[in-house]
Amino acid sequence: MMLRAFLVTAIFLLSLSGFTSAADSGGLANQDSANELKVFSDPDMRQRYYGLIAELRCPKCQNQNLADSDAPIATDLRNELYLLINDNYSDADILEFMASRYGEFVLYSPPVNSVTAVLWIIPAGLGLLGFAIVAFILWRNQEDDEASNV
Amino acid sequence: MLSSSRIKLFIPLVVFALLALVFLQLEKRMISGDYDPSMLPSALIGKPLPEFNLATLDNPNTVITSINLNNKAALLNVWATWCVSCRVEHAYLNTLAEKGITIFGLNYKDDQQKANQWLTRLGNPYELNLFDVNGKLGLNMGVYGAPETYVLDANGIVRYRHVGVVDEKVWQSKILPLGLNW
Repeated sequence: MMLRAFLVTAIFLLSLSGFTSAADSGGLANQDSANELKVFSDPDMRQRYYGLIAELRCPKCQNQNLADSDAPIATDLRNELYLLINDNYSDADILEFMASRYGEFVLYSPPVNSVTAVLWIIPAGLGLLGFAIVAFILWRNQEDDEASNV
Repeated sequence: MLSSSRIKLFIPLVVFALLALVFLQLEKRMISGDYDPSMLPSALIGKPLPEFNLATLDNPNTVITSINLNNKAALLNVWATWCVSCRVEHAYLNTLAEKGITIFGLNYKDDQQKANQWLTRLGNPYELNLFDVNGKLGLNMGVYGAPETYVLDANGIVRYRHVGVVDEKVWQSKILPLGLNW
């Protein structure tokens, strides 16, 4: 039973991947919103597209990235991203384009500045504090051991 | 008497109590509407509106590239007929317009006919409605839903953005304190 379910799933996934790659090479250019198929002339562009939709955050569904989100605004932003990539915008330009409209909120890896500094300092600070506590406990235990040896 | 190691056992409890206090404060602010984590700060604050080139809702043959503020502050309200909260908000916008507040509309990703019918039926508080059928201006402004309301000062600079329904409370507590010339 398990094996059969696995095989059915595998065949289904394979047929899906076959479908998308066939469509890519076939150059179908259907850009209506119901059909999210994005066709790239260059595999590098496709790779950048998938990288960026993973790295950009949906402004509406706040803990999803653009790849994940089904919100209308995420669809719009994916379409815009597709156009920007095809207009040869660099990744930095694209991130700047998005941040200048939707704020640094949409960047999953925000730049270090006075607003975001706390995001970067707290984890490192807590890590250091943890190390300090462990080191202190080890040092004290060692003292105790030495004291009891006397 | 408690030994010092016994007292240490209470540290987690104290930490818990402090955290609970912090979250309780946040919760209070969220209930009072003071703080809503789903409201994003606008990247447009302190800047003029982005460039645009749109027709008005009532006449597809017009070309509008700027809105005339006549040296007065104004609201730019993003709305659509598919937006349920916009219907809730509409009556209050009518009230504001009756008081002489200038309101411009950005009809966002909507059906032109339905939008015009809506204005005929529910009243038209808007000085002018831009028809942004594919949401291009909306995207350039950082609109991520409707309704959203942008407060423009007399020079056309965006001073505040409210996400969600504008009502008497928002008007009194968020928009009037900006001290603009209405």
